[in-house]
Amino acid sequence: MMPFTYSRAASIDQAIEMAAGGRSHLLGGGTNLVDLMRKGVERPSGLVDVTALPGTIEETGGGGLRIGAAARNSAVAAHPLVRARYPMLARAILAGASAQIRNMATVGGNLMQRTRCVYFQDVAGARCNKRAPGSGCDAAGGFNRYHAIIGASPQCIATHPSDMCVALAALDARIHVAGAGGARTIPMVDFHRLPGERPDLETLLEPGEMIVAVEIDASPFARSTYRKVRDRASYAFALVSVAAGLTMRAGRIEKIGIALGGIAAKPWRALRAEAALRGGPATAQAFEAALAVELADAAPLPGNAFKVGLAQRTLGAVCIELSGSDR
Amino acid sequence: MSRIQNAVIESVKTVLGWVPAQWLPGGTPDPLIERRAAIGRQASRQDGPAKVRGEARFAAEVAMDRLTYASLVHGTVTRGRITRLETAAAEAAPGVILVLTHRNMPRLAPLALISFTDLSAVGNSSLPILQDPVVRYNGQVVALVVAETQEQADHAAQLIEIDYAADAARTRFEGAKDDARTPASILIEKNHVSVGDAERELERAPHRVDNVYRTPGHNHNALELHAVTVAWQGGSLVVHDATQMIAPSANVLARLFGLKKEQVRVLSPFVGGGFGGKGLWDHQIVAIAAARLVDRPVRLVLSRDSVYRIIGGRTPTEQRVAIGADTEGRFTALVHTGYSIMPTYGACPEQYTLGTRALYRARSFEIVQRHLDLDIVPNTFMRAPGEAIGTFAVECAVDELAHAMSVDPIELRRRNEPDRHPISGTAFSQRALMQAYADGAGRFGWERRLAQPGARRDGEWLLGMGCASGSFPYVRMPGANVRITLRRTGEATLSCSAQDMGMGTATVQIQHAADRLGLPVEAITFEMGDSSLPAGPLAGGSAQTVSIAGAIMAAADKLTAELLRLAGNASPVAGLRAGEVRLVDGGITSIANPSQRESYQSILTRAARNEVTVSAAGSPPLEMLKFAMHSSSAIFCALRVSQVTGEIRVDRLLGSFDCGTILNPKTAASQFRGGMIMGLGLALTEETLFDERSGRIMNATLADYHIPSHLDVPEIDVMWTGIPDPRSPLGARGIGEIGITGVAAAVANAVFNATGKRIRDLPITLDKVL
Ligand SMILES: Cc1cc2nc3c(=O)[nH]c(=O)nc-3n(C[C@H](O)[C@H](O)[C@H](O)COP(=O)(O)OP(=O)(O)OC[C@H]3O[C@@H](n4cnc5c(N)ncnc54)[C@H](O)[C@@H]3O)c2cc1C
Ligand code: SF4
Repeated sequence: MMPFTYSRAASIDQAIEMAAGGRSHLLGGGTNLVDLMRKGVERPSGLVDVTALPGTIEETGGGGLRIGAAARNSAVAAHPLVRARYPMLARAILAGASAQIRNMATVGGNLMQRTRCVYFQDVAGARCNKRAPGSGCDAAGGFNRYHAIIGASPQCIATHPSDMCVALAALDARIHVAGAGGARTIPMVDFHRLPGERPDLETLLEPGEMIVAVEIDASPFARSTYRKVRDRASYAFALVSVAAGLTMRAGRIEKIGIALGGIAAKPWRALRAEAALRGGPATAQAFEAALAVELADAAPLPGNAFKVGLAQRTLGAVCIELSGSDR
Repeated sequence: MSRIQNAVIESVKTVLGWVPAQWLPGGTPDPLIERRAAIGRQASRQDGPAKVRGEARFAAEVAMDRLTYASLVHGTVTRGRITRLETAAAEAAPGVILVLTHRNMPRLAPLALISFTDLSAVGNSSLPILQDPVVRYNGQVVALVVAETQEQADHAAQLIEIDYAADAARTRFEGAKDDARTPASILIEKNHVSVGDAERELERAPHRVDNVYRTPGHNHNALELHAVTVAWQGGSLVVHDATQMIAPSANVLARLFGLKKEQVRVLSPFVGGGFGGKGLWDHQIVAIAAARLVDRPVRLVLSRDSVYRIIGGRTPTEQRVAIGADTEGRFTALVHTGYSIMPTYGACPEQYTLGTRALYRARSFEIVQRHLDLDIVPNTFMRAPGEAIGTFAVECAVDELAHAMSVDPIELRRRNEPDRHPISGTAFSQRALMQAYADGAGRFGWERRLAQPGARRDGEWLLGMGCASGSFPYVRMPGANVRITLRRTGEATLSCSAQDMGMGTATVQIQHAADRLGLPVEAITFEMGDSSLPAGPLAGGSAQTVSIAGAIMAAADKLTAELLRLAGNASPVAGLRAGEVRLVDGGITSIANPSQRESYQSILTRAARNEVTVSAAGSPPLEMLKFAMHSSSAIFCALRVSQVTGEIRVDRLLGSFDCGTILNPKTAASQFRGGMIMGLGLALTEETLFDERSGRIMNATLADYHIPSHLDVPEIDVMWTGIPDPRSPLGARGIGEIGITGVAAAVANAVFNATGKRIRDLPITLDKVL
């Protein structure tokens, strides 16, 4: 690890000020950043600890929730309102990492965590456009089982690894950010970027900006859940995951939200599939067909081609779970 | 190993074939088999409380004055040469004392590779260590930084700049097959075994299976990272190491650094998991050299990444198994051939075909292993090297044949159960595999299995059951020495440079010594973990327990003779010879007339001695050559496979073992369970991602190299026949490795039973099942 300075921000303004200039990184639980510093992937000259900033979970006027960026993942998952109103969010968080990591990890850090692409993490031995723009992408012809099947670019095929973010995308969360230029709100579905020509740019956050809170509206879904698919039963990232919420009316789908994890550089909100399903019956076939439409542009690789069918079947099974319908 | 070795071993076996069994070790069963008191009792580990309290000091925790800390730099090309090596910035960094590279490393001879004929040779690699600017595999050590703190060393290590001129490297398994070598022997067995014409038999067999099975590379992931704390004291060397080969390491280090044997002391009282990986590698050598140069103690703890880079793992294999059977299911041909990686500078041949020789009777055999030469960190021994993955191929093939013939897989095994060693014709010392199957099947509920795949389900989950045999050879190492000091107080201390990687070495030998010497367990102390004690064998091949037991047996005989001598003519046991007495109840007792006895206290008091000390080595392990000695097991698995996702979740695992006397049910059960859990990793998740383009391991971290998590480990039931082996000390055979064997096949066979899909390529990940 390279030497760095450490400071602890007492307020959002102070954090913004301390991190100005761009060579300092914000430090949440450190479960991702510190690992990457050890590996030499991240080399900040300073760390600004933001865990003393607001991490409260509060009800908003409209029956929604506002979650401070410093809230620990475990605190969010255990919160009674989260469990009662947003089961998909609680389940998504609990499906991630380990109890120890969730106790440390913050909501801000979870949103900003970096890809688990093994070539990204190997500074000494691999080429990576995300880490070193223009150097190449060793994942393309290498191990890419965990990589994207949609929305990737020739520059980068990495996925965003978060479980929590998949649920937030399905819930149409909003990300409150603040910076020297003031505060603004970014819709969760837009927050992460696709790689395009610039895989090193991962979110819409501008330099000097930070996440201060996540807001979700009152849940529109009568039922919701999260299902994560992986070889190891726990402590493994998703090969594919599905966050889905559903409200039925007279046997027809009235409200629906679907997002997928493990398949793209961002939580993949399946808007096309939702549109195809709205107003129709909730059957596994309908869901699988709708996802086929959604994934029409998928460009899987030899190492992850199985994810296309896997995502469809998983969504079909989630539909059965939510609607109580049969195949 | 060589053709000459084959010839020597063959002739020894032939001669032993003529020698009456009574003349050999194990010729008459160890009397303790019948007379155990402490042995076989449940006992908690002696080292447990100290570990729980944090008082046990591991190699990375030993305190030393003026200690310095070291950090490694690894090469990043696979073959090539260093063209620029810039160390000035590192040398100038805060706290740095030394930057060690090939430029200032003392010149050293290469290590002698581990050998089963030269027990003081324990190198895992014969490549030069920091002797030249040449890089020979990806991850090789190219520099070491020594600093006042670990952080300073780690920091400075990142400041070293190195350019390489890369050469073409051999990194592709498939590509190396054209140049495959066929070694004359595998360990001490002949490699190529051909009985009858197996290919012809196979062709005309009414039933046959013939498939290729693949197993990936694996890395060592002991909880405790490899670590050494090294100090030169005057001209002598003290090495606190995490090692499973204390005495041999001390010998080799003495030779390497030009010291007398007494000048090297290796200490390793606690090891946090070995599994074959905790041997002598480059890190001890560079740390010792650095400590000499800085003239202060040095501590080097490998990072997890470093463990992957410089500690070899298990080689990937490609194995062909073909079985031909007659209409009754009797094997007419058994073919087991394959490829694995074994660089010329490595020591471990991954003997995946050795177990196959003793598993089944067959009319013909064709068995041979081929070695591929790649530029990699040399692979090494990993829990049940050979059998762990060899049983995967063979035991899947047997299941495939059983299914094709519509015969229950246990029944098919029964029809092919050998009554002597199928190839050599030697008698088994003891073998009750079929009893293990019967006991296991009963407890597991095997009768509930439906032969038809996919016939049982629970919602989206398909349920399946599978079984497979495991096996592991009996090994007793030559050169195990023990010293016994018996005091007038009726207490005894046993000393041996043995090692404990968490399995309970001292605990079990104390139980043994209590029975052997006729003393209560509380009266026995077992000193170990230090090369200044009488040399023990390395802990490997599941052989340490019986090897030390053999030495204790020999030492107890010597002690008996010595006590009789000291007892003299005034003793109630005067006139009796060693063979006519036994050690019981704190004294010597006539076997013929148990009332004729004298206590140790009385003998030593009369002889005016506070204590008596004897040392002995175990007898040469000739029983291994005279008899076919193997442990075996029946593994049962019940699991579920999601029809939606292909996810596999194991519901139940049962291991039924036939491993001789079980010396301590508690420590034994945890060895079996631990092995079976490792078997689950082998079956379902473990895989080294070796990028054949670069020759680099891409998942050198536990985040990406998946061992089973708690949620993957179901209830594991273990049971054993407990039938003593009449040819071994205490009737015991090794139990440390057999647990992993057979598990991958039992899982794969259960996956087939659930889904109708045969996965012949480990690990069985969900995409393969879909
Ligand atoms: C072994 C392992 C397994 C894991 N498995 C999973 C899994 O299965 N599913 C899953 O979802 N996750 C998993 N994780 C990832 C884990 O969720 C993240 O590491 C964690 O959420 C990051 O949060 P943190 O607070 O520790 O972030 P840090 O490591 O502190 O920071 C991460 C990034 O966020 C930035 N940051 C922190 N706070 C803010 C803020 N307020 N505004 C802007 N930027 C900020 C930091 O500068 C840094 O770039 C795993 C991690 C590990 C190590
Ligand atoms: S996929 Fe993206 S992160 Fe991975 S190596 Fe390629 S560019 Fe880097």
